[in-house]
Amino acid sequence: MLQLITFSALNGVLYGMLLFMMASGLTLIFSMMGVLNFAHASFYMLGAYFGFEISRRIGFWPGLVLAPLLVGAVGALVERYGLRRVHRLGHVSELLFTFGLAFVIEEMVQMVWGKLPVDYRGPPSLDFVAFRLFDTTYPAYRMFMLSVAVAMFVVLLALLTRTRVGLIIQAALTHPDMVAMLGHNVPRIFMLVFGAGAALAGLAGVIAGPALVTQPAMATLLGPILFVVIVVGGLGSLTGAFVASLLIGLLQTFAVAMNFSLAEVFGPTAPPFLDDLWRVTIAQLAPVMPYILLVLVLIVRPTGLMGTRES
Amino acid sequence: MKFRFACLALAWAISAAPALAEDAIKIGFIDPLSGGGASIGEIGLKTYQYLADEASVSGGLLGRKVEIVGLDNKTNPQESLIQAQKAADQGIRIITQGNGSSVAAALSGWVTKYNDRNPGKEVIYLNYAAVDPVLTNDKCSYWHFRWDANSDIKMAALTNFMKGKPNIKKVYLINQDYSFGQAVRTTARSMLKEKRPDIEIVGDELHPLLKITDFAPYVAKIKASGADTVITGNWGQDIALLLKAAADAGLQTDWYTYYAGGAGGPTGIKQTGLAHRVFAIVEGFPNSAPEAAQKWEAAFRAKTGVGLFYPRAVNEMRMLAMAVNQAKSADPKAIAAQLEGMKTEGFDGGEIFMRKEDHQLFQDMYIGSFGPLDPGAKFDEEGTGWGWKLAGVIKAKDTILPTTCKMERP
Repeated sequence: MLQLITFSALNGVLYGMLLFMMASGLTLIFSMMGVLNFAHASFYMLGAYFGFEISRRIGFWPGLVLAPLLVGAVGALVERYGLRRVHRLGHVSELLFTFGLAFVIEEMVQMVWGKLPVDYRGPPSLDFVAFRLFDTTYPAYRMFMLSVAVAMFVVLLALLTRTRVGLIIQAALTHPDMVAMLGHNVPRIFMLVFGAGAALAGLAGVIAGPALVTQPAMATLLGPILFVVIVVGGLGSLTGAFVASLLIGLLQTFAVAMNFSLAEVFGPTAPPFLDDLWRVTIAQLAPVMPYILLVLVLIVRPTGLMGTRES
Repeated sequence: MKFRFACLALAWAISAAPALAEDAIKIGFIDPLSGGGASIGEIGLKTYQYLADEASVSGGLLGRKVEIVGLDNKTNPQESLIQAQKAADQGIRIITQGNGSSVAAALSGWVTKYNDRNPGKEVIYLNYAAVDPVLTNDKCSYWHFRWDANSDIKMAALTNFMKGKPNIKKVYLINQDYSFGQAVRTTARSMLKEKRPDIEIVGDELHPLLKITDFAPYVAKIKASGADTVITGNWGQDIALLLKAAADAGLQTDWYTYYAGGAGGPTGIKQTGLAHRVFAIVEGFPNSAPEAAQKWEAAFRAKTGVGLFYPRAVNEMRMLAMAVNQAKSADPKAIAAQLEGMKTEGFDGGEIFMRKEDHQLFQDMYIGSFGPLDPGAKFDEEGTGWGWKLAGVIKAKDTILPTTCKMERP
C-alpha cells in the first residue's frame, strides 16, 4: 500500500508539474490579453517535434535549449503578425483565430513529420535507474523531468516577483493603460509574454516528448485538461494554476490506483437501471475526473480556487 | 500543331486514367492511419499493399490488377461508416478492416443494411483482426468473414497453456475499456476459474482505449498487487506503452498477451529484459513457419522493413483470390458464396477452413515466447536481436467452439 501511495504521488506530482509548465503560460497570456489561447497545447506539440528534429541531428541537450527558443520565436511571431491584427476585432475573433491556429499547426505537423508517432528518445546519459524503492525502479529521465519542471517554476516565480520585468508585467496585467502612459511599450510586453508562454509550453514538449508519445494527437489529448487547470485554479492566477496542476495530476493518478465502486460501498445489488453505474470503479473514472472537478468548481466557486474575477 | 497535340494527349490521359483504374479490383482498407492506432494501421496497410502487388504481378485476379485504397478511420466507428460509404460511392465493393471490434460491429451492421438497400451493388467485408466473439455469434452477418481466431478461442488456448504452469498464482487482468477488452476479461475470469481454481485474480483493470500515453500509474498498481502474471488483450500503442512503463518500473511478471508482437511491443519487451516470459498467441511465428512461409517472410521484410504481423492477411488475400478465380467473377455475391465453407492450406501450414454457419475461420494457433534467438532461428523483431520461439501448438480442430449465429442469407 505504501509503495502504491509513494509511486502514485511521484507520478502525480510529475504529471502535475508538466501540466503547470503549460498552464503557467496559458494563464499569464489570458490575464494579460484576455485571450484564451486554444493553440497553447499546439506549442507544446511543436516543442516536442522541434526537440525530436534537433536531437536527431545534434543531440538531445542542444534541443533542450534550442527547441523552446524556436517555439518562443514562433509564438512571438504569431502574436505580432496574427493576434495583434485580430485584436482590433474583439475577443471572439481572437478566440476563433487561436482555435483555427491549433488545427493549422496540427495539419502542418502531420505534413512534415507524418501521422505516426516519431521515435523521440531521451539522452543515453539519462538511461539508468534513479532509485529503487520497495523493489520498484524509478527511471532517471523522470527525475530529470521533475527537476526541470521545478527549476522552471522557481525561475518563473523569481522573475515575476523579484525583477523589474516582472513588476512591469504584473502592472500590465491590471493597469495596461497606466503602464503605457509611463512610457512602456505595452504591445511589446504582450508579444514577449506570449512568446515566453509559448516557449514554456515548448520546453514542456521537449522533456515530455520522449516519455509520453510524440505524435500529432498529443495537443488534442492535452488541450482540454489545460483549460480545466486554469479554470479550476482561477483564470489569470499563477499560484492558482500551480495548485490546480498538482491537484489534477494527483487526482488523476490516485484515481487510477483506486478500485472502489458503488457496489463495494453499498453492496452488490444495484437499484433498478443503475446496474452499469454500480460496477464502475473509480479507476475507470480517472480520465473524467478533471472534468467532474471543472463542473463542480464552476458551480461552487465560479472564480476558481484562487481567481479574483469572473469571466 | 504542337499545342493541339499536347491538348489531345492530355485529354486522352485524363479520359484513360479512370478507365485503367476501374479495371483494377479495389479493396478499401479501412483502419487507423492517424491517432493512437496508426502505428499498427500503417503496418496493416503496408502488408495489404504488398499482397496486392504480389497478386497483380502474378497475373492479377481474372487478369485485373488488385489495388488497395487506404481509408483512415481514426479507430472511430462513426468515421469508419463515413469511410465505408465513401468507398462504396467510389465503386469499391470489397472492404477489409481489423483494428477495433467497436469499429467492426459498426461496419458489419452497415454492410448488412447497405446490401439490403442496394441489391446488385453488394459490398463484402473481410475482417482480419477484430476478434470480439459477438461478430460471429449474436451479431453475425452473411457479408462479414473473419480470418483471425476470435477472442474466446484465443483465451481458451491461453488458459489451457497456463493450466500447465504451476508457478502462476496471482493474475492481474488489464484491458481496454470497450467490447473486446471486456470480452477478454470476462472469458479470462470464467476460464481460469474453471481450469485453475487455485489462481487468485488480484486485479481487473479497464482503461480508456488508445488514449493513455503514460502507463506508469497502472504499472504501479500492478506492482502493488503482488501479481506474478499479467493477462492483457491490449493492442496498438496500448501494449507497447504498457510494456515500456513496465520496463521503466522494473516490473517482473509473466505476460500472457494477444498482441505483444505489434509495433513497439518487441522493443518494449527487450527493455523489460523479460526473456521468454512474455507470451503471445497468434496464427504463426516466422521462426517456426514452414519453409515456403519463411521465404515469403524474408522477401516481405526486405521490401517493407517490418515483420509480418498479420499472416492471416496472407490467408485472407489468397482465399479471396481463390474465390474470385473459382467464381470467375469479382462480384461480392459470388465471392461470398465461394468463401463459405472454403478449405485450403494455411500460410503457416495445416488446413484452414471458413465455417459456413458463422463465417469464422479456423486454423492452427501457436503460442510463443519472446527472447534471445535460438541458434538457427532466422528472424528477430524490430532490430532487437530477440525473436519469437514456439512454446505450444493448438490444432485447428481443437479450437472449434460452438456458435449461436443464426445467419440470414440473401
